Amino acid sequence: MTDADLFVIDDRELQRLLDTVYTEYSYDFRQYAHASLKRRVAQAIVRLGFKNVEGLRQGIRDNPPLFTQLLRYLTVHVSDMFRDPDYFRTFREQVVPALATYPSFKLWVAGCSNGEEVYSLAIVLHEEGMLSRSTIYATDIDPECLEVAESGVFHVDRVAGFSESYLRAGGKSSLSDYYTAGYGNAVFDKMLRQNVVFADHSLATDSVFAEVHAVSCRNVLIYFNGELQARALRLFDEAIVRRGYLGLGSRETLRFTNHARSYAEIPGGQRWYRKL
Amino acid sequence: MVSQALSPRLVVIGASAGALEVLRVILPAIPADFKGTVVVVVHVPEGRPSLLVDILAPLCALPVSDIDDKQPLTPGTIFVAPPGYHTLIEDARCLALSNDDPENFSRPSIDVLFDSAAEAFEDEVVAVLLTGASSDGAEGCARIRAAGGFTIVQEPSTCIAPVMPRAAIERGAADLVLSPEAIASYFARGGQYVE
Repeated sequence: MTDADLFVIDDRELQRLLDTVYTEYSYDFRQYAHASLKRRVAQAIVRLGFKNVEGLRQGIRDNPPLFTQLLRYLTVHVSDMFRDPDYFRTFREQVVPALATYPSFKLWVAGCSNGEEVYSLAIVLHEEGMLSRSTIYATDIDPECLEVAESGVFHVDRVAGFSESYLRAGGKSSLSDYYTAGYGNAVFDKMLRQNVVFADHSLATDSVFAEVHAVSCRNVLIYFNGELQARALRLFDEAIVRRGYLGLGSRETLRFTNHARSYAEIPGGQRWYRKL
Repeated sequence: MVSQALSPRLVVIGASAGALEVLRVILPAIPADFKGTVVVVVHVPEGRPSLLVDILAPLCALPVSDIDDKQPLTPGTIFVAPPGYHTLIEDARCLALSNDDPENFSRPSIDVLFDSAAEAFEDEVVAVLLTGASSDGAEGCARIRAAGGFTIVQEPSTCIAPVMPRAAIERGAADLVLSPEAIASYFARGGQYVE
């Protein structure tokens, strides 16, 4: 795949494109990390059949369906169920027991993409007897993703990998207990999403909507620049109760942020933090 | 004597099959007073921890470190890209990681690192492309040269897998073609090459 090799995109034309996206469609990518965003825009230009950034910008301005296609390039939806199994093991062993001390609790999966992480967390909560006491907010900026997430349908080819990770994460039965397979798909039990609220929410432009006991936000902040990371972390910090939890991606850290001293990292290196 | 970018602010290194053997020769040659930042991408399988940092750290004069997202580009440090993510130079101050699709069948991809290095540091980059069995890095080398940077490619006859350096050479993207020992001496001399 060498599409991106065709273009060097300068900052000014990228800015103009992102300004148009924001004014026409209210999606704010202006503070996304530029290095990777430029590569994805270059790929979008080639695959959507444009010659340059300006062409793409004019193309989307009067053409909402085309913008929907561009949106798939601007955002990244790569996830698997129980991705980084030890993250979910830490959740089960360290976070869930603390959540169990509340009569009911709320979990926010920010940037839930197609729902892989939501179903993974829900399965852990179910196995620990805590699902019925939970409310899970699953948010994303991409409505198509939210629809997929809400459907709980994943291609059956992916499920073998999910099952293996589920077991490595300390799963107590078999992942196949949670889905029915048919027509090339695995359809996950709707019991898992009985307490899940799927909602459109942007960490770039929206504000806090609830107090929560834990936030799980994995491989979302890597796409943000320092300022936008600070905004997102401020939202999380406002939302998380005292002694609540924040879980990040395996290479995301609070270390380079203002929040380094107000959270303690749970030992084990799985990027679960507890608010002090 | 060719003297280039005497103290590059950024050195980017890409390697694949046979990487470790060569990195063990080159990285320890970088002197402790080197003022630039070194970023290394090696094609390693996803889903399990990489041992590169543990293996290389005891051998090197400079500290060798893993990368977390938005890691500041600390001078005098060798950073090693984690498996499963692309590593990019976000700007003159920090690194960034991404989960975007593999490129050239690889994540991390050498092209992704090299392209972003060219963009952020222009002519203050030295790129080193080592042994490997894909063509990842050739495009990145071309881009680094186009931005005024300098590229060193491992002499294919010294490679366990010569495909990668050969692709860069055939593309006309190599300023120097050197053996691992000569690359080591280039760094030992602070970025000078003696013919």
